Amino acid sequence: MTILETRKLNKHFGGLHVTGNVDFTLQTGEMHCLIGPNGAGKSTFFRLILGEHQPDSGQILFADEDITRAKPFQRIRKGISVKFQVPGIFKELSTRQNLVIALQHHVPAGDLTEEVDRLLEFLKLSQDHTQLAGNLSHGQKQWLEIGMAIALKPRLLLLDEPTAGMTPDETHATGEMLHRLNAEGMTVLAVEHDMAFVRQIAHRVTVLHLGKVFAQGSINEITADPRVAKIYLGEVHA
Amino acid sequence: MAETSRLRGILRLVEGPQTLGRGPKFWAGFALVLACACAYPMFADSYDVGNNVYFFNWLFMAMGLSLIWGYGGSLSFGQTAFFGIAGYCYGVLTINLGDAYGLTLLSLVMAVGFSAFFAAVLGYFLFFGRINGVFLGIVSLSVTLVLERFMAQTAGPQWAIGSARLNGFNGMGSMPSLTIPWPGGSIVLFPDLPLYYLTLALLVVVYLALRMLVNSRFGNVLVAIRENPQRAEMLGYDIRKFQLGAFVIGSSLAGLSGVLYTSWGNYITPASMGMTAAALPIVWVAVGGRGDLTTTLVGTLAVLIVFQMLTIYGSQYALIVMGVLLVVTVLVAPRGIVMGIVDASRRLFRRKEAR
Repeated sequence: MTILETRKLNKHFGGLHVTGNVDFTLQTGEMHCLIGPNGAGKSTFFRLILGEHQPDSGQILFADEDITRAKPFQRIRKGISVKFQVPGIFKELSTRQNLVIALQHHVPAGDLTEEVDRLLEFLKLSQDHTQLAGNLSHGQKQWLEIGMAIALKPRLLLLDEPTAGMTPDETHATGEMLHRLNAEGMTVLAVEHDMAFVRQIAHRVTVLHLGKVFAQGSINEITADPRVAKIYLGEVHA
Repeated sequence: MAETSRLRGILRLVEGPQTLGRGPKFWAGFALVLACACAYPMFADSYDVGNNVYFFNWLFMAMGLSLIWGYGGSLSFGQTAFFGIAGYCYGVLTINLGDAYGLTLLSLVMAVGFSAFFAAVLGYFLFFGRINGVFLGIVSLSVTLVLERFMAQTAGPQWAIGSARLNGFNGMGSMPSLTIPWPGGSIVLFPDLPLYYLTLALLVVVYLALRMLVNSRFGNVLVAIRENPQRAEMLGYDIRKFQLGAFVIGSSLAGLSGVLYTSWGNYITPASMGMTAAALPIVWVAVGGRGDLTTTLVGTLAVLIVFQMLTIYGSQYALIVMGVLLVVTVLVAPRGIVMGIVDASRRLFRRKEAR
Protein backbone atom coordinates (compact mmCIF):
# COMPACT_ATOMS: atom_id res chain seq x y z
CA MET A 1 0.00 0.00 0.00
CA THR A 2 1.26 3.47 -0.84
CA ILE A 3 1.48 5.88 2.08
CA LEU A 4 2.99 8.87 0.29
CA GLU A 5 2.90 9.81 -3.34
CA THR A 6 3.94 12.93 -5.21
CA ARG A 7 2.76 13.54 -8.76
CA LYS A 8 4.73 15.83 -11.03
CA LEU A 9 5.75 18.03 -8.12
CA ASN A 10 7.27 21.32 -9.24
CA LYS A 11 8.78 24.15 -7.26
CA HIS A 12 10.89 26.99 -8.52
CA PHE A 13 12.33 30.04 -6.81
CA GLY A 14 12.62 32.75 -9.45
CA GLY A 15 14.28 31.09 -12.42
CA LEU A 16 15.70 28.23 -10.37
CA HIS A 17 13.81 24.93 -10.65
CA VAL A 18 14.43 23.27 -7.31
CA THR A 19 12.21 20.28 -7.93
CA GLY A 20 11.06 19.35 -11.42
CA ASN A 21 8.19 16.92 -12.01
CA VAL A 22 9.08 14.72 -9.08
CA ASP A 23 7.10 11.47 -9.14
CA PHE A 24 7.79 9.61 -5.97
CA THR A 25 6.04 6.81 -4.09
CA LEU A 26 6.66 5.45 -0.65
CA GLN A 27 5.20 2.14 0.53
CA THR A 28 3.75 1.65 3.99
CA GLY A 29 6.28 0.08 6.34
CA GLU A 30 9.25 1.06 4.22
CA MET A 31 12.49 2.64 5.41
CA HIS A 32 13.53 4.85 2.55
CA CYS A 33 16.54 7.13 2.20
CA LEU A 34 16.79 10.16 -0.01
CA ILE A 35 20.32 10.99 -1.11
CA GLY A 36 21.89 13.35 -3.58
CA PRO A 37 24.60 15.98 -3.79
CA ASN A 38 24.17 19.42 -2.21
CA GLY A 39 21.54 21.48 -4.00
CA ALA A 40 19.76 18.38 -5.32
CA GLY A 41 16.46 19.63 -3.89
CA LYS A 42 16.17 17.19 -0.97
CA SER A 43 15.32 19.75 1.68
CA THR A 44 12.87 21.56 -0.61
CA PHE A 45 11.20 18.24 -1.35
CA PHE A 46 10.81 17.73 2.42
CA ARG A 47 9.39 21.18 2.89
CA LEU A 48 6.89 20.55 0.13
CA ILE A 49 5.73 17.35 1.83
CA LEU A 50 5.42 19.24 5.13
CA GLY A 51 3.58 22.17 3.59
CA GLU A 52 6.21 24.74 4.51
CA HIS A 53 6.50 25.48 0.79
CA GLN A 54 3.60 25.37 -1.64
CA PRO A 55 4.33 23.61 -4.94
CA ASP A 56 3.89 25.57 -8.18
CA SER A 57 2.21 22.55 -9.67
CA GLY A 58 1.70 18.89 -8.90
CA GLN A 59 0.03 16.90 -6.17
CA ILE A 60 0.94 15.35 -2.85
CA LEU A 61 -1.09 12.39 -1.59
CA PHE A 62 -0.85 10.99 1.91
CA ALA A 63 -2.64 7.68 2.43
CA ASP A 64 -4.59 8.36 -0.79
CA GLU A 65 -5.77 11.75 0.46
CA ASP A 66 -4.79 14.91 -1.40
CA ILE A 67 -2.90 17.11 1.09
CA THR A 68 -1.36 19.51 -1.44
CA ARG A 69 -3.17 22.52 0.04
CA ALA A 70 -3.30 21.40 3.69
CA LYS A 71 -1.55 23.57 6.29
CA PRO A 72 1.55 22.14 8.01
CA PHE A 73 -0.19 21.48 11.35
CA GLN A 74 -3.05 19.74 9.54
CA ARG A 75 -0.60 17.39 7.82
CA ILE A 76 0.98 16.60 11.20
CA ARG A 77 -2.45 15.75 12.59
CA LYS A 78 -3.04 13.37 9.68
CA GLY A 79 -0.02 11.33 10.76
CA ILE A 80 3.16 12.88 9.36
CA SER A 81 5.93 13.89 11.76
CA VAL A 82 9.33 15.45 11.21
CA LYS A 83 12.77 15.82 12.71
CA PHE A 84 14.64 18.80 11.31
CA GLN A 85 18.28 18.96 10.33
CA VAL A 86 19.17 21.54 12.98
CA PRO A 87 17.68 20.24 16.24
CA GLY A 88 14.32 21.97 16.60
CA ILE A 89 13.85 21.70 20.32
CA PHE A 90 12.63 24.09 23.03
CA LYS A 91 16.01 25.05 24.47
CA GLU A 92 14.87 26.99 27.52
CA LEU A 93 12.55 24.21 28.68
CA SER A 94 13.50 21.00 30.45
CA THR A 95 13.94 17.78 28.50
CA ARG A 96 10.82 16.45 30.22
CA GLN A 97 8.80 19.54 29.33
CA ASN A 98 9.83 19.18 25.68
CA LEU A 99 8.33 15.71 25.60
CA VAL A 100 5.26 16.76 27.60
CA ILE A 101 4.44 19.35 24.94
CA ALA A 102 4.77 16.76 22.20
CA LEU A 103 2.75 14.13 24.05
CA GLN A 104 -0.04 16.21 25.60
CA HIS A 105 -1.76 16.24 22.23
CA HIS A 106 -3.14 12.75 22.46
CA VAL A 107 -2.20 11.42 25.91
CA PRO A 108 -4.73 12.04 28.72
CA ALA A 109 -3.41 14.05 31.68
CA GLY A 110 -3.44 11.05 34.03
CA ASP A 111 -1.12 8.98 31.82
CA LEU A 112 1.19 11.79 30.77
CA THR A 113 3.93 11.32 33.40
CA GLU A 114 4.12 7.59 32.73
CA GLU A 115 4.28 8.09 28.95
CA VAL A 116 7.02 10.73 29.30
CA ASP A 117 9.05 8.40 31.55
CA ARG A 118 8.70 5.58 29.03
CA LEU A 119 9.83 7.80 26.17
CA LEU A 120 12.74 9.22 28.21
CA GLU A 121 13.94 5.70 28.81
CA PHE A 122 13.60 4.77 25.14
CA LEU A 123 15.72 7.83 24.24
CA LYS A 124 18.23 7.10 27.04
CA LEU A 125 17.53 10.55 28.47
CA SER A 126 16.03 9.51 31.83
CA GLN A 127 18.97 10.88 33.80
CA ASP A 128 18.77 14.26 32.10
CA HIS A 129 15.03 14.79 32.36
CA THR A 130 15.30 17.98 34.45
CA GLN A 131 18.17 19.38 32.36
CA LEU A 132 17.38 22.31 30.07
CA ALA A 133 17.17 20.93 26.54
CA GLY A 134 19.67 23.57 25.37
CA ASN A 135 22.31 22.09 27.71
CA LEU A 136 22.15 18.56 26.27
CA SER A 137 24.94 17.21 24.07
CA HIS A 138 24.43 17.48 20.32
CA GLY A 139 23.57 13.80 19.94
CA GLN A 140 21.14 13.96 22.84
CA LYS A 141 19.44 16.99 21.26
CA GLN A 142 19.03 15.00 18.05
CA TRP A 143 17.51 12.11 20.01
CA LEU A 144 15.25 14.43 21.94
CA GLU A 145 13.88 15.81 18.71
CA ILE A 146 13.42 12.32 17.29
CA GLY A 147 11.58 11.58 20.54
CA MET A 148 9.31 14.58 20.06
CA ALA A 149 8.64 13.49 16.49
CA ILE A 150 7.77 9.91 17.40
CA ALA A 151 5.73 11.03 20.44
CA LEU A 152 3.00 11.95 17.96
CA LYS A 153 2.82 8.28 16.94
CA PRO A 154 3.05 9.19 13.26
CA ARG A 155 2.38 6.83 10.40
CA LEU A 156 5.17 8.52 8.44
CA LEU A 157 8.33 9.87 10.03
CA LEU A 158 10.43 12.33 8.02
CA LEU A 159 14.04 12.73 9.12
CA ASP A 160 16.28 15.44 7.70
CA GLU A 161 19.86 14.28 8.28
CA PRO A 162 19.06 12.64 11.61
CA THR A 163 22.65 11.72 12.38
CA ALA A 164 24.37 14.98 11.41
CA GLY A 165 27.08 15.68 13.97
CA MET A 166 26.65 12.39 15.81
CA THR A 167 29.52 10.09 16.81
CA PRO A 168 29.65 6.72 14.99
CA ASP A 169 28.30 5.01 18.13
CA GLU A 170 25.41 7.46 18.38
CA THR A 171 24.71 7.05 14.67
CA HIS A 172 24.55 3.28 15.01
CA ALA A 173 22.28 3.54 18.07
CA THR A 174 19.99 5.87 16.12
CA GLY A 175 19.78 3.29 13.32
CA GLU A 176 18.80 0.62 15.83
CA MET A 177 16.19 2.93 17.31
CA LEU A 178 14.69 3.44 13.86
CA HIS A 179 14.63 -0.30 13.20
CA ARG A 180 12.64 -0.79 16.41
CA LEU A 181 10.17 1.93 15.41
CA ASN A 182 9.88 0.47 11.93
CA ALA A 183 9.13 -2.95 13.41
CA GLU A 184 6.22 -1.33 15.23
CA GLY A 185 4.83 -0.17 11.87
CA MET A 186 6.27 3.30 11.34
CA THR A 187 7.23 4.25 7.79
CA VAL A 188 10.47 6.25 7.62
CA LEU A 189 11.74 8.64 4.97
CA ALA A 190 15.18 10.09 5.69
CA VAL A 191 17.51 12.51 3.94
CA GLU A 192 21.00 11.32 4.76
CA HIS A 193 24.60 11.72 3.65
CA ASP A 194 26.21 9.06 5.81
CA MET A 195 26.27 6.02 3.52
CA ALA A 196 27.03 3.61 6.37
CA PHE A 197 23.85 4.79 8.05
CA VAL A 198 21.90 4.52 4.79
CA ARG A 199 23.16 0.94 4.44
CA GLN A 200 22.11 0.23 8.04
CA ILE A 201 18.51 1.38 7.67
CA ALA A 202 17.33 1.76 4.07
CA HIS A 203 15.18 -0.80 2.28
CA ARG A 204 15.20 1.42 -0.77
CA VAL A 205 17.14 4.51 -1.82
CA THR A 206 16.18 7.37 -4.11
CA VAL A 207 18.83 9.62 -5.59
CA LEU A 208 17.76 13.18 -6.31
CA HIS A 209 19.85 15.24 -8.71
CA LEU A 210 19.11 18.76 -9.93
CA GLY A 211 15.56 18.49 -8.60
CA LYS A 212 14.74 15.26 -10.40
CA VAL A 213 14.60 11.59 -9.45
CA PHE A 214 17.89 10.33 -10.85
CA ALA A 215 17.96 6.73 -9.69
CA GLN A 216 16.06 4.40 -7.40
CA GLY A 217 16.76 0.96 -5.98
CA SER A 218 18.35 -0.99 -3.16
CA ILE A 219 21.51 0.40 -1.59
CA ASN A 220 23.60 -2.17 -3.43
CA GLU A 221 22.08 -1.24 -6.79
CA ILE A 222 22.64 2.44 -6.11
CA THR A 223 26.25 2.11 -5.00
CA ALA A 224 26.97 -0.12 -7.99
CA ASP A 225 25.52 2.46 -10.40
CA PRO A 226 28.46 4.30 -12.01
CA ARG A 227 26.21 7.29 -12.94
CA VAL A 228 25.44 7.91 -9.24
CA ALA A 229 29.12 7.94 -8.37
CA LYS A 230 29.68 10.43 -11.17
CA ILE A 231 27.05 12.96 -10.04
CA TYR A 232 28.72 13.12 -6.66
CA LEU A 233 31.91 14.03 -8.53
CA GLY A 234 30.03 16.50 -10.71
CA GLU A 235 30.36 14.84 -14.09
CA VAL A 236 26.74 14.09 -15.00
CA HIS A 237 24.08 16.69 -15.68
CA ALA A 238 20.49 15.56 -15.96
CA MET B 1 -11.67 11.03 46.27
CA ALA B 2 -12.56 12.86 43.08
CA GLU B 3 -12.38 16.14 44.95
CA THR B 4 -8.92 15.40 46.32
CA SER B 5 -7.59 14.61 42.85
CA ARG B 6 -9.21 17.76 41.48
CA LEU B 7 -7.56 19.79 44.24
CA ARG B 8 -4.25 18.13 43.47
CA GLY B 9 -4.75 18.98 39.79
CA ILE B 10 -5.34 22.64 40.64
CA LEU B 11 -2.27 22.73 42.91
CA ARG B 12 -0.16 21.20 40.15
CA LEU B 13 -1.27 23.98 37.82
CA VAL B 14 -0.64 26.77 40.35
CA GLU B 15 2.98 25.73 40.84
CA GLY B 16 3.90 24.07 37.57
CA PRO B 17 7.07 24.28 35.50
CA GLN B 18 6.26 27.63 33.88
CA THR B 19 6.19 29.66 37.10
CA LEU B 20 8.87 30.48 39.62
CA GLY B 21 8.11 29.82 43.25
CA ARG B 22 6.84 26.55 44.61
CA GLY B 23 6.72 24.68 47.86
CA PRO B 24 5.77 25.76 51.37
CA LYS B 25 8.47 28.44 51.62
CA PHE B 26 7.23 30.34 48.60
CA TRP B 27 3.59 30.16 49.65
CA ALA B 28 4.45 31.18 53.20
CA GLY B 29 6.19 34.22 51.74
CA PHE B 30 3.20 34.84 49.50
CA ALA B 31 0.84 34.70 52.50
CA LEU B 32 3.11 37.05 54.44
CA VAL B 33 3.19 39.61 51.63
CA LEU B 34 -0.56 39.34 51.25
CA ALA B 35 -1.06 39.78 55.00
CA CYS B 36 1.15 42.90 54.95
CA ALA B 37 -0.82 44.24 51.98
CA CYS B 38 -4.07 43.62 53.88
CA ALA B 39 -2.74 45.28 57.03
CA TYR B 40 -1.18 48.22 55.19
CA PRO B 41 -4.25 50.54 55.21
CA MET B 42 -4.35 50.36 59.02
CA PHE B 43 -0.99 52.08 59.19
CA ALA B 44 -1.19 54.37 56.19
CA ASP B 45 -3.13 57.53 55.57
CA SER B 46 -5.94 57.69 53.08
CA TYR B 47 -3.80 59.38 50.39
CA ASP B 48 -1.22 56.58 50.46
CA VAL B 49 -3.94 53.94 50.32
CA GLY B 50 -5.43 55.61 47.24
CA ASN B 51 -1.99 55.96 45.72
CA ASN B 52 -1.37 52.25 46.18
CA VAL B 53 -4.60 51.49 44.38
CA TYR B 54 -3.16 53.56 41.52
CA PHE B 55 -0.10 51.26 41.45
CA PHE B 56 -2.27 48.16 41.63
CA ASN B 57 -4.32 49.36 38.65
CA TRP B 58 -1.35 49.03 36.31
CA LEU B 59 -0.35 45.56 37.43
CA PHE B 60 -3.11 43.88 35.41
CA MET B 61 -1.75 45.35 32.19
CA ALA B 62 1.78 44.28 33.17
CA MET B 63 0.69 40.69 33.81
CA GLY B 64 -1.17 40.67 30.50
CA LEU B 65 1.96 41.81 28.68
CA SER B 66 3.98 39.17 30.50
CA LEU B 67 1.56 36.57 29.12
CA ILE B 68 1.72 37.87 25.54
CA TRP B 69 5.41 38.77 25.40
CA GLY B 70 7.16 36.90 28.19
CA TYR B 71 5.34 33.60 27.76
CA GLY B 72 4.14 33.80 24.16
CA GLY B 73 7.12 35.62 22.67
CA SER B 74 5.04 38.22 20.80
CA LEU B 75 6.11 41.76 21.66
CA SER B 76 3.01 43.93 21.64
CA PHE B 77 3.95 47.59 21.86
CA GLY B 78 0.33 48.67 21.90
CA GLN B 79 -1.23 47.37 25.11
CA THR B 80 -2.26 50.91 25.98
CA ALA B 81 -4.67 50.83 23.03
CA PHE B 82 -6.80 48.34 24.94
CA PHE B 83 -6.28 50.30 28.13
CA GLY B 84 -7.62 53.43 26.44
CA ILE B 85 -10.47 51.71 24.62
CA ALA B 86 -11.75 50.14 27.83
CA GLY B 87 -11.27 53.38 29.76
CA TYR B 88 -13.23 55.47 27.26
CA CYS B 89 -15.81 52.73 26.92
CA TYR B 90 -16.35 52.71 30.69
CA GLY B 91 -16.66 56.49 30.66
CA VAL B 92 -19.21 56.58 27.85
CA LEU B 93 -21.28 53.77 29.35
CA THR B 94 -21.36 55.04 32.92
CA ILE B 95 -22.01 58.67 31.98
CA ASN B 96 -25.02 57.48 29.98
CA LEU B 97 -26.23 54.71 32.24
CA GLY B 98 -25.49 56.22 35.66
CA ASP B 99 -24.29 54.46 38.76
CA ALA B 100 -27.48 52.93 40.13
CA TYR B 101 -28.42 49.21 40.13
CA GLY B 102 -24.84 48.04 39.74
CA LEU B 103 -24.69 49.50 36.23
CA THR B 104 -21.10 50.63 36.77
CA LEU B 105 -20.13 47.01 37.33
CA LEU B 106 -21.98 46.03 34.15
CA SER B 107 -20.13 48.83 32.38
CA LEU B 108 -16.83 47.43 33.67
CA VAL B 109 -17.63 44.03 32.20
CA MET B 110 -18.82 45.53 28.91
CA ALA B 111 -15.79 47.79 28.60
CA VAL B 112 -13.36 44.93 29.20
CA GLY B 113 -15.42 42.83 26.79
CA PHE B 114 -15.16 45.53 24.16
CA SER B 115 -11.39 45.75 24.49
CA ALA B 116 -11.25 41.95 24.21
CA PHE B 117 -13.36 42.11 21.05
CA PHE B 118 -11.08 44.77 19.58
CA ALA B 119 -8.04 42.64 20.49
CA ALA B 120 -9.66 39.61 18.83
CA VAL B 121 -10.26 41.50 15.58
CA LEU B 122 -6.80 43.12 15.52
CA GLY B 123 -5.12 39.91 16.68
CA TYR B 124 -6.86 37.90 14.01
CA PHE B 125 -5.32 40.02 11.26
CA LEU B 126 -1.92 40.10 12.99
CA PHE B 127 -1.50 36.43 13.82
CA PHE B 128 -3.44 34.86 10.97
CA GLY B 129 -1.58 37.25 8.66
CA ARG B 130 1.63 35.78 10.15
CA ILE B 131 2.94 39.14 11.34
CA ASN B 132 5.76 38.33 13.72
CA GLY B 133 8.73 39.75 15.57
CA VAL B 134 9.46 43.43 15.26
CA PHE B 135 6.60 43.95 12.80
CA LEU B 136 4.09 42.96 15.43
CA GLY B 137 5.55 45.66 17.67
CA ILE B 138 5.40 48.25 14.90
CA VAL B 139 1.81 47.49 13.93
CA SER B 140 0.55 47.39 17.52
CA LEU B 141 2.34 50.64 18.35
CA SER B 142 0.87 52.25 15.23
CA VAL B 143 -2.62 51.21 16.28
CA THR B 144 -2.32 52.82 19.69
CA LEU B 145 -0.82 56.00 18.23
CA VAL B 146 -3.63 56.24 15.67
CA LEU B 147 -6.18 55.84 18.46
CA GLU B 148 -4.44 58.56 20.47
CA ARG B 149 -4.47 60.94 17.47
CA PHE B 150 -8.09 60.14 16.80
CA MET B 151 -9.23 60.77 20.36
CA ALA B 152 -7.12 63.94 20.54
CA GLN B 153 -9.19 65.56 17.77
CA THR B 154 -12.57 64.88 19.35
CA ALA B 155 -12.77 68.26 21.08
CA GLY B 156 -15.87 69.62 19.30
CA PRO B 157 -19.41 69.24 20.63
CA GLN B 158 -20.24 66.95 17.71
CA TRP B 159 -17.98 64.33 19.32
CA ALA B 160 -20.37 63.01 21.90
CA ILE B 161 -21.93 59.61 22.48
CA GLY B 162 -25.27 60.17 24.21
CA SER B 163 -24.52 62.62 26.97
CA ALA B 164 -20.81 61.72 27.11
CA ARG B 165 -18.53 64.33 25.52
CA LEU B 166 -15.19 62.90 24.35
CA ASN B 167 -13.44 66.25 24.88
CA GLY B 168 -10.41 65.75 22.65
CA PHE B 169 -6.99 66.24 24.15
CA ASN B 170 -8.39 67.48 27.45
CA GLY B 171 -9.79 64.05 28.13
CA MET B 172 -13.08 62.75 29.38
CA GLY B 173 -14.03 63.28 33.00
CA SER B 174 -16.89 63.14 35.48
CA MET B 175 -17.73 59.51 34.96
CA PRO B 176 -18.96 57.85 38.16
CA SER B 177 -16.69 55.56 40.15
CA LEU B 178 -17.44 51.87 40.42
CA THR B 179 -20.43 51.48 42.72
CA ILE B 180 -21.62 48.33 44.42
CA PRO B 181 -25.37 48.27 45.11
CA TRP B 182 -25.90 47.42 48.78
CA PRO B 183 -29.02 47.26 50.93
CA GLY B 184 -29.06 50.44 52.99
CA GLY B 185 -26.97 52.50 50.58
CA SER B 186 -24.64 51.81 47.67
CA ILE B 187 -20.91 51.53 48.28
CA VAL B 188 -19.10 53.99 46.05
CA LEU B 189 -15.53 52.83 45.44
CA PHE B 190 -13.55 56.03 45.87
CA PRO B 191 -9.77 55.59 46.06
CA ASP B 192 -9.99 54.46 49.65
CA LEU B 193 -10.30 51.30 51.75
CA PRO B 194 -13.06 49.41 49.88
CA LEU B 195 -11.46 50.03 46.47
CA TYR B 196 -8.05 49.06 47.89
CA TYR B 197 -9.34 45.70 49.09
CA LEU B 198 -11.36 45.07 45.94
CA THR B 199 -8.38 45.78 43.66
CA LEU B 200 -6.09 43.70 45.86
CA ALA B 201 -8.54 40.79 45.76
CA LEU B 202 -8.83 41.09 41.97
CA LEU B 203 -5.05 41.13 41.73
CA VAL B 204 -4.69 37.92 43.73
CA VAL B 205 -7.41 36.20 41.69
CA VAL B 206 -5.90 37.26 38.35
CA TYR B 207 -2.38 36.32 39.47
CA LEU B 208 -3.42 32.83 40.57
CA ALA B 209 -5.62 32.32 37.51
CA LEU B 210 -2.77 33.30 35.19
CA ARG B 211 -0.41 30.95 37.05
CA MET B 212 -2.87 28.16 36.35
CA LEU B 213 -3.20 29.21 32.72
CA VAL B 214 0.52 29.29 31.97
CA ASN B 215 1.04 25.89 33.60
CA SER B 216 -1.85 24.35 31.71
CA ARG B 217 -1.66 22.64 28.32
CA PHE B 218 -2.39 26.02 26.78
CA GLY B 219 0.59 27.54 28.59
CA ASN B 220 2.84 24.67 27.53
CA VAL B 221 2.07 25.37 23.89
CA LEU B 222 2.50 29.11 24.44
CA VAL B 223 6.07 28.76 25.72
CA ALA B 224 6.77 26.23 22.98
CA ILE B 225 5.78 28.89 20.42
CA ARG B 226 8.10 31.39 22.12
CA GLU B 227 10.98 28.91 22.00
CA ASN B 228 10.51 27.58 18.47
CA PRO B 229 7.33 28.39 16.52
CA GLN B 230 8.20 26.06 13.65
CA ARG B 231 8.69 23.09 15.97
CA ALA B 232 5.46 23.92 17.82
CA GLU B 233 3.55 23.92 14.54
CA MET B 234 5.25 20.69 13.50
CA LEU B 235 3.87 19.08 16.64
CA GLY B 236 0.43 19.64 15.18
CA TYR B 237 -0.56 22.86 16.96
CA ASP B 238 -2.29 25.66 15.10
CA ILE B 239 0.00 28.24 16.70
CA ARG B 240 -2.01 31.19 15.39
CA LYS B 241 -4.94 30.24 17.63
CA PHE B 242 -2.75 30.04 20.71
CA GLN B 243 -1.10 33.38 19.94
CA LEU B 244 -4.48 34.96 19.40
CA GLY B 245 -5.82 33.46 22.63
CA ALA B 246 -2.93 34.86 24.67
CA PHE B 247 -3.26 38.23 22.94
CA VAL B 248 -6.96 38.50 23.74
CA ILE B 249 -6.51 37.49 27.39
CA GLY B 250 -3.52 39.82 27.87
CA SER B 251 -5.29 42.70 26.16
CA SER B 252 -8.42 42.19 28.26
CA LEU B 253 -6.22 42.63 31.30
CA ALA B 254 -4.93 45.89 29.81
CA GLY B 255 -8.60 46.79 29.40
CA LEU B 256 -9.26 45.95 33.05
CA SER B 257 -6.40 48.28 34.02
CA GLY B 258 -7.99 50.97 31.86
CA VAL B 259 -11.39 50.67 33.53
CA LEU B 260 -9.94 50.60 37.05
CA TYR B 261 -7.76 53.61 36.28
CA THR B 262 -10.66 55.58 34.79
CA SER B 263 -12.92 54.76 37.71
CA TRP B 264 -10.12 55.53 40.18
CA GLY B 265 -9.45 59.03 38.87
CA ASN B 266 -12.80 59.66 37.11
CA TYR B 267 -10.71 60.70 34.16
CA ILE B 268 -9.18 59.35 30.93
CA THR B 269 -7.19 61.18 28.27
CA PRO B 270 -5.78 60.32 24.83
CA ALA B 271 -2.28 60.66 26.31
CA SER B 272 -2.89 57.36 28.10
CA MET B 273 -2.52 55.73 24.66
CA GLY B 274 0.41 57.85 23.45
CA MET B 275 4.03 56.99 22.80
CA THR B 276 5.25 57.48 26.36
CA ALA B 277 2.36 55.58 27.87
CA ALA B 278 2.85 52.75 25.36
CA ALA B 279 6.56 52.44 26.13
CA LEU B 280 6.27 52.32 29.91
CA PRO B 281 4.64 48.85 30.22
CA ILE B 282 7.52 47.46 28.16
CA VAL B 283 9.98 48.94 30.69
CA TRP B 284 8.08 47.61 33.73
CA VAL B 285 7.82 44.11 32.36
CA ALA B 286 11.33 43.92 30.90
CA VAL B 287 12.97 45.23 34.06
CA GLY B 288 11.26 42.76 36.38
CA GLY B 289 11.57 39.71 34.15
CA ARG B 290 8.87 39.21 31.56
CA GLY B 291 9.23 35.43 31.50
CA ASP B 292 7.56 34.98 34.86
CA LEU B 293 4.40 36.38 36.40
CA THR B 294 5.86 36.89 39.87
CA THR B 295 8.99 38.72 38.73
CA THR B 296 6.77 40.83 36.47
CA LEU B 297 4.61 41.80 39.44
CA VAL B 298 7.54 42.62 41.73
CA GLY B 299 9.43 44.48 39.00
CA THR B 300 6.44 46.50 37.84
CA LEU B 301 5.53 47.58 41.35
CA ALA B 302 9.12 48.60 42.09
CA VAL B 303 9.50 50.54 38.84
CA LEU B 304 6.15 52.29 39.33
CA ILE B 305 7.12 53.42 42.83
CA VAL B 306 10.56 54.63 41.72
CA PHE B 307 9.02 56.39 38.70
CA GLN B 308 6.56 58.25 40.90
CA MET B 309 9.28 59.26 43.34
CA LEU B 310 11.35 60.61 40.45
CA THR B 311 8.39 62.42 38.91
CA ILE B 312 8.40 64.71 41.93
CA TYR B 313 11.67 66.13 40.57
CA GLY B 314 10.38 66.41 37.00
CA SER B 315 8.57 63.95 34.81
CA GLN B 316 10.96 64.35 31.87
CA TYR B 317 13.93 63.31 34.03
CA ALA B 318 11.95 60.35 35.29
CA LEU B 319 11.35 59.24 31.70
CA ILE B 320 15.04 59.48 30.91
CA VAL B 321 15.80 57.32 33.94
CA MET B 322 13.23 54.79 32.68
CA GLY B 323 14.98 54.70 29.30
CA VAL B 324 18.36 54.19 30.95
CA LEU B 325 16.88 51.47 33.14
CA LEU B 326 15.60 49.64 30.07
CA VAL B 327 18.95 49.85 28.29
CA VAL B 328 20.84 48.70 31.40
CA THR B 329 18.42 45.80 31.85
CA VAL B 330 18.82 44.68 28.26
CA LEU B 331 22.61 44.84 28.53
CA VAL B 332 23.16 43.49 32.05
CA ALA B 333 20.21 41.22 32.78
CA PRO B 334 18.33 40.49 29.55
CA ARG B 335 15.91 38.21 31.36
CA GLY B 336 15.05 40.99 33.82
CA ILE B 337 16.62 42.34 36.99
CA VAL B 338 14.35 40.54 39.47
CA MET B 339 14.84 37.35 37.46
CA GLY B 340 18.61 37.99 37.54
CA ILE B 341 18.54 38.31 41.33
CA VAL B 342 16.53 35.07 41.59
CA ASP B 343 19.05 33.26 39.34
CA ALA B 344 22.05 34.63 41.25
CA SER B 345 20.64 33.68 44.65
CA ARG B 346 19.88 30.18 43.35
CA ARG B 347 23.46 29.78 42.16
CA LEU B 348 24.76 30.99 45.51
CA PHE B 349 22.45 28.61 47.35
CA ARG B 350 23.57 25.67 45.22
CA ARG B 351 27.23 26.51 45.74
CA LYS B 352 26.69 26.60 49.50
CA GLU B 353 24.91 23.26 49.34
CA ALA B 354 27.74 21.79 47.30
CA ARG B 355 30.19 22.76 50.05
